[in-house]
Parts: sequence; C-alpha cells; structure tokens
Amino acid sequence: MEFLVASAVGVLTAGGVYLLLRLRTFPVILGLALLSYAVNVFLFASGRLAIDMSPILSKYGDASYTDPLPQALVLTAIVISFGMTAVLVMIALGAFLEADSDTIDIADADAASGKDGES
Amino acid sequence: MSWVLSLPLLIPFGAAVLAFLLKDRPSGAWVSVLGSGAMLIASIVLMVNVLAEGVIAGQMGGWPAPFGITLVSDLLSAVMVVITAITALAVSIYALADVRPRIAGLGYHALFQVLIAGVAGAFLTGDLFNLYVWFEVMLIASFGLLVMGGSREQIDGGVKYVALNLISTILFLTGIGILYGMTGTLNMADLAVTVPEVENQAMVTVVAMMFMVAFGVKAAVFPLFFWLPAAYHTPAFSTSAVFAGLLTKVGVYALIRMFTLVFVGDISFTHEVLLWVACFTMVTGVLGAAAQNDFRKILSFHIVSQIGYMILGLALMTPLAILGAVFYLVHHIIVKANLFLVAGVASRIAGDTALKKIGGLYAFAPLLAVLFLIPAFSLAGFPPLSGFWAKFLLVRAALEDGHGFVAFVALAVGALTIFSMTKIWAEAFWTPHPEGKEPRLSQLDAATRWSLLLPIAGLAVLTCIVGLFPEPFVQFAERAAGQLLEPTEYIETVLGARP
Repeated sequence: MEFLVASAVGVLTAGGVYLLLRLRTFPVILGLALLSYAVNVFLFASGRLAIDMSPILSKYGDASYTDPLPQALVLTAIVISFGMTAVLVMIALGAFLEADSDTIDIADADAASGKDGES
Repeated sequence: MSWVLSLPLLIPFGAAVLAFLLKDRPSGAWVSVLGSGAMLIASIVLMVNVLAEGVIAGQMGGWPAPFGITLVSDLLSAVMVVITAITALAVSIYALADVRPRIAGLGYHALFQVLIAGVAGAFLTGDLFNLYVWFEVMLIASFGLLVMGGSREQIDGGVKYVALNLISTILFLTGIGILYGMTGTLNMADLAVTVPEVENQAMVTVVAMMFMVAFGVKAAVFPLFFWLPAAYHTPAFSTSAVFAGLLTKVGVYALIRMFTLVFVGDISFTHEVLLWVACFTMVTGVLGAAAQNDFRKILSFHIVSQIGYMILGLALMTPLAILGAVFYLVHHIIVKANLFLVAGVASRIAGDTALKKIGGLYAFAPLLAVLFLIPAFSLAGFPPLSGFWAKFLLVRAALEDGHGFVAFVALAVGALTIFSMTKIWAEAFWTPHPEGKEPRLSQLDAATRWSLLLPIAGLAVLTCIVGLFPEPFVQFAERAAGQLLEPTEYIETVLGARP
C-alpha cells in the first residue's frame, strides 16, 4: 500500500516535471495538472494510510477511524487546482489564438510585437 | 471580537458582489471606491483594537483553536490590513478614470475587490491551509486582472505568471502536507508549539526550505523573480499599481510570519540562506532596472530590488532589523503603488511608457514632475522622506550585527536606484518630447484629472508625513517587531481564544 502510493506520487511528479520543462503551453498545462495530482495524493497520505476505516467517529464507541482532516484538505485542493487549471487553459488558449503557436514566449516568436521599447 | 477581525474581509467581498452586478454601469466603479473606503474604516477600527488590547484572535465557525479556522491579528497584520485598505482606496479612485468602460464591463471592479479581500485574508489568517486558500483567491483574481483586455503582451506575461505561481502553490501544498504529517496541526500558533518538539528536525528544515521557495516565488526574490518583470508592465495602470504595492508583499509577509513564528529552530542555516538571497535580490533587481528603457519595466525591477531589503531585515533577525523590515514593508507599498500611478498619468498625457518615446513632462506638467519626485526620491532613500528612515534602520541593523558587507551592498543598491530614477527623470521629464508634443495635464478633463491626481497626491503626502515625523511610526514598528520576536502573546491568544 505505502509502496503503491509512494510510487504513484513519484511517477506523477516525474512526469509532471518532465512536461513542465517543455517550452510549449500544452505540455506545461498537462505537467502542472500531473504535479497537482501528485500533491493531492501526497496530501491525502499525510494523514497516514488506513484501509477500511471511515473518516468519522463511530457512534457506537468503535475507535477505529481515519484522520478526516487531510481528506477535507485534499477536497479543497482538488477543487482549487481544477479551477486554476481551467484558468490556465483559458489564458493559454488566448495565447494560442493570438500567436498561432503554443510556444511559451510569444513575444520572442514574433519580433513584430517588440513595441515595448526594448533595444 | 470576531466582527472586528472579519469585517475587513467581508466588506471587499460584499463590494465585489455589488460591483459585479453593476459592472455595466458607471456606479460599479463607485461601489469599488465606497467598499475600499468602508474597508479602510473597518481596518482602522481593527488597528485601534489591536493597539489597545494586544493580539486579537477569533475562531470562525465556533470551533476552539487548533481545530477551527483562526483569524488573528497582531500589530503587523493590523498595519498590513490598514495599508492594504489605503492602497485599495487610492487605486479604486484612480481606476474611475483609468479603467475603460469595456474593461469595467468585463468585471474589473469586482475582481479588484476580490483581490483586496484575498490580500487582507492572507494577512489575517492564523491557519496555514487557510493561507493557501487566500493565496488562491488572490491569484485567481490577479490572473483575471492581468489578462483583462487581452493584448498580446498581457497574455504572454500572463502565461508565465500563472505557470510559475502554480508551481509555487504546489510546493506550498507539499510543505503543508509534510508539516501536517509531522505535527498533526496546521494552526500557525499551534505549529509554533509543536514544531520544536518534532524529533526529526532535519525534516523541519527541509520543509522550511520548501516554504522559503514557495513564498519566495510569490515575493519575487532572486532567483525566482522572473515572472514579475515579464508581467507587471502589461495590464492597466491601476492593476499594475495594486499588484506592485500588494501582491509581492503578501509573499514577504508570509515569509516574515513563518520564519519568526514557526521556523526558528535552525536560524543559523535558514536565515543565512535568506541573507544571501536578500543580497542577490537587491543587486540583480537594481541591475535589471538599470538595463531597462520602459517606465513600468524599470519600476518592476525595482520591486524586486526593494523586496531584497525586506528579506534582509528578516534574515538578520535582530529587533532593530525586524523593525526595519516592518517599516520598509509599509513605506514600500505606499511609494511603489504611487510610482505606478504616476507612470499611468505620464503615459496618458505623453502617449507611451517607453522612455524614448516620451518627454517634456517637466516643462509642461510640473505638478506631475513634483509628484513623481517625491516617491522616486523616497524609494531611493533621500532624507527626509520615508525611504531614508527605512534604509537607515536596516543599514544600522546590519552594521550592529557585524554584517558590514551587507550594509555596503544595501547602500550601493540605493545609489544605483538613484541612477535608474534619474534615467526616468532625464528621459521622461527633462528631454523634450521626440514628436514635439506638449504633454499638459490640462489635456485631461477636470473629472479625470482629479481622479488621477488625487490618489497620487494623497499617497505622496503620506510618504512625506512618514518621512517628516518618523518617531510614532518607528515606535509602532518597534512594538510590532517585539511581538514578532516574542510570539508568546500571539500563541497564547490564539490557543486560549474562545469563539
């Protein structure tokens, strides 16, 4: 179990970092999404891994329950990172439509936009 | 007690909703101004309360301290909220004339208020995960403001800004995860108690470094600042003024909070790293500024360089140095926001922000020239303006602590700041306009002129007041620094607070 979760986090992070280092917006977005998945799984595991236990205290005095807080945190983090990815997709789409290419540096790709006084 | 703490957050959120409903009408902008005004009053009430009673804490939702979400305000938080409200008021008045109806129709004023709420929330929260949420509130709003209008440059800057800030967020979350795994709490006051008891102190230092990098990206320190000059010169002037004034300072605030309250176990390592970071930030920022030829780009690089001074204060960690950092933080927000506002007026009447394309402002708009000189000299550290005292305190702290080299760097960077400010002065104000234009303030109609110049003049007066009567402000910063270095009051208030 621990090995599985740990390697999942590792693989997601490795893939995320690799994609992040591309100079095109599409892989960068995918990389950021993978990284945020990795963090979500990691955050979930920070409350210790427990199998078959509910995250609420049982009414009948059964003491076996798992830490509910990380689950609440992860839920928040998932929602926020989803929203962030959506925003990033919109901005990247704008950049793609503006420059007809999805390279990160659209100003460099087209010298015509160098109107900001750089000499 | 909770109301005093939560009103500075609720008011901007309320104003945001109203401004969104009225976004197609001119009254939307006035809602933003009124909201900022109300927030200023609420934040002054908060400040008065904190001054009278010491640290104030409240639990949202009624759960006692380490379980519920804590809002807490010591003197540093209170002064940051007040200065946020002042900046918001100045910029929202400026935005009346600066933001075009098309941009306002996209919801500019609503997003602006959400941004202010996010900033104030980050200053007031006492919970690490809640801090993350406020960061995200702030960032989503700032993304919107940054690309609003959708010009090519804006989108180019926006992509970098978003991507790098998301990476910092991911690091921040990872740090939160590890910290929770080790201590079982995310309440900052509770962390201050439990972190020193953790067996694996090496891991604590690792987490400290993760937070340093995560907040470092937000604060734009060397070598993590590249998103800032790529993005800050592109949006509307009122947007870049509020970004320049507040956003990076939230990162600095978070660094100060975490590295005086929680991560104080291994000062010889963490604060040594901060010291080097501070020096490199000061130097690279000011050198970057010297190489630029655009009004706003020069100012953007100056933000980076000035952040270095604040980090320097934190890194030295003596009472005088923390005092200096707090003083610098407040002074810098006023001055830097003001300079961006001046850049907006200059570009409005002279036609551009590229220094080669403008000129003649001194001859035809002497009032603007004076209003530029005050914050510019203050930034460079001329007596008797606020920047002089800020730099004086930090340099003295460095010398007293035996860091002569650091003090020398700080002074040299001050001199280079003057150099790039004189560059703006010479190109934009002294040389005649290359196209023979006569950039007069009277080109603007009276209402526009008032709403553009009033906030600039107000902030300039504030700089002068802080500069001419530094005594009460220094005493205040001394008390704030005392609370930061002796956090027992903070911890006891939070953990003992009942809803």
